[in-house]
Amino acid sequence: MFEVPSLSDLNIAATLPVMSLVLGTCILLLADLFVPQERKQLTAWLAVAGLGVSLALSLLSLGDVTRFGDGDEAFAGMFVADTFTDAVNVIALVTALLGVMVAYNYLERTGTQRGEYYVLLLFTTAGVMFMGAAGDLVVVFVALELLSIPLYILSGFRRPQEASEESAMKYFLLGAFASGFLVYGIALIYGATGTTGLHDIWIAVDDIVAGDATSQYLLLIGAGLMLVGLGFKVAAVPFHMWTPDVYQGAPTSVVAYMSVAAKVGGFAALLRVLAAGMPHFVLDAGAPAAWQDTVWLVAVLTMLLGNLVAIVQNDLKRLLAYSSIAHAGYVLLAVAAAGSAGLADESAQAVVIYMMAYAFTNVGAFSVVIAVEKDDASNTGVTSMRGLARSQPWLAAAMALFMLSLTGIPLTAGFVGKWFVFKAAISADLFFAVVVGAVTSLISAYYYLRIVWYMYFEEGDGEAVIPWPLAAAISIAAVGTLFLGVMPYLLTDMAREITLAFGG
Amino acid sequence: MKLNEWIFVGIFMALAWVFPTIPIVLGKLLGPKRPNPSKQDTYECGVETVGPAWVQFRSQYYIFALVFVIFDVELVFLFPFALAFNRLGLFALFEVTIFIALLLVALFYTWRRGVLEWL
Repeated sequence: MFEVPSLSDLNIAATLPVMSLVLGTCILLLADLFVPQERKQLTAWLAVAGLGVSLALSLLSLGDVTRFGDGDEAFAGMFVADTFTDAVNVIALVTALLGVMVAYNYLERTGTQRGEYYVLLLFTTAGVMFMGAAGDLVVVFVALELLSIPLYILSGFRRPQEASEESAMKYFLLGAFASGFLVYGIALIYGATGTTGLHDIWIAVDDIVAGDATSQYLLLIGAGLMLVGLGFKVAAVPFHMWTPDVYQGAPTSVVAYMSVAAKVGGFAALLRVLAAGMPHFVLDAGAPAAWQDTVWLVAVLTMLLGNLVAIVQNDLKRLLAYSSIAHAGYVLLAVAAAGSAGLADESAQAVVIYMMAYAFTNVGAFSVVIAVEKDDASNTGVTSMRGLARSQPWLAAAMALFMLSLTGIPLTAGFVGKWFVFKAAISADLFFAVVVGAVTSLISAYYYLRIVWYMYFEEGDGEAVIPWPLAAAISIAAVGTLFLGVMPYLLTDMAREITLAFGG
Repeated sequence: MKLNEWIFVGIFMALAWVFPTIPIVLGKLLGPKRPNPSKQDTYECGVETVGPAWVQFRSQYYIFALVFVIFDVELVFLFPFALAFNRLGLFALFEVTIFIALLLVALFYTWRRGVLEWL
């Protein structure tokens, strides 16, 4: 007979950071109905308040000031509230705060000021946070939908502009397709292990490794299909086709947010499933996990294609789209490292460090694009950067910093991220992939520094609109990028606390 | 799970085809056929049909479908809860309250946005 859990078994207090955000978002949705159309900035401020409360709770928990609830499981193991969850929460919430700031004036001047924007953005953020906290494959799926569906709508937020509608449609159709792959993968993993709980899967994998080939292949195909579904969300090659079109068509403030948020969610879930659930799923005794080869191969393809195609792009948003594909490759390298015995924690730490650095840098880079973009979504070509150093010296300096950080030059956050990712991959003996990663970073310097060249050494009018919330967002992003680069120990000391693996 | 247990899935799929087919075929073969004009008419919830069925519907009707789904899904979850209410205790009441509250938020939103007005 099914045992009925009591209210105290649920340990709801452990879910406080994300629950407060969900509650805040529901209140925001209702409150926005009473905000008159010409004062929608009020909704933005309320959104900032909701995000701020949740961020404060996450930071308290991450900094070990207080722990909410008893133990690190809630809803009977469905929800995991450990240091990894807290770290994902902080990255997601910082990104969302920056996302609200860059949208504050952009929506107004492009005539798309609607209160639902902020509500949808907050729902997506909750989805990312649930992805990081998933203790069950069903939660992974539900969180993925909560993350994706608001993003489909946000991509088309510039309705009736055709490019925006087209990008929303493409994203929706392909995203629904990818979700199908994910669910099929979950079904096969359930078929092989008889459970959807990640901890139970972790226990069941031992039997499968010792057992017959049928369930081994079932589990392998299941893990592969989940990689397809989540690989789509993080824009890994060969599931990257949607990225340039969607990033180019969607409103830039949405792209600034979703290029980071969707990746954080996707990689968090990928780590939960592969690194925590089945790191010991080996086909030959002593070998690395069966899924490792696939993951590093995808990583190599992603780094190569992203960086090589970015070279020939002449539109800033398309260029940054291919750059974001390339960066997904670097993070996948760290995920692949988790397949070697005992490296799950180190790989999770590397991913967290990389994503934190990437969040500041990439939102910052897109904010600069927002500043130069005209009200009718034009002027996003690479040439729009011409003469920016003369007319807007601070903006140009910030953009140069972001470009250096994306390249991975020392003393920027991007370097610290790449350092830890490569370190994890070397510990896992993935030398070929690391060499490809190093060479492609070198290639990426060409197209990133080309933007710097346009800003500093070519003549142009360099027009830009920088209202104060956007300036604040760019400043925070620049300070974050520089700070993490000069004093990386602030982040890495915290990241060292992160443990993901079951059983220890 | 052993692979041969999957055979049951195949059997169920075959049965799923057989069961609805048999009554349809039997009805065709055995049923009495005494047609009259009102029996031959298109069925439209008991109301007399107006005009042909091949008309274009306004696409705005999808919102009614969406709102309907809210209540439909709500009922699917509430019905088993109501049946087992005595044994489930405070935990289930709490969960269902959250569930209904979320749906009420959605309903209130659609209502305030004027979606429930007749087109």
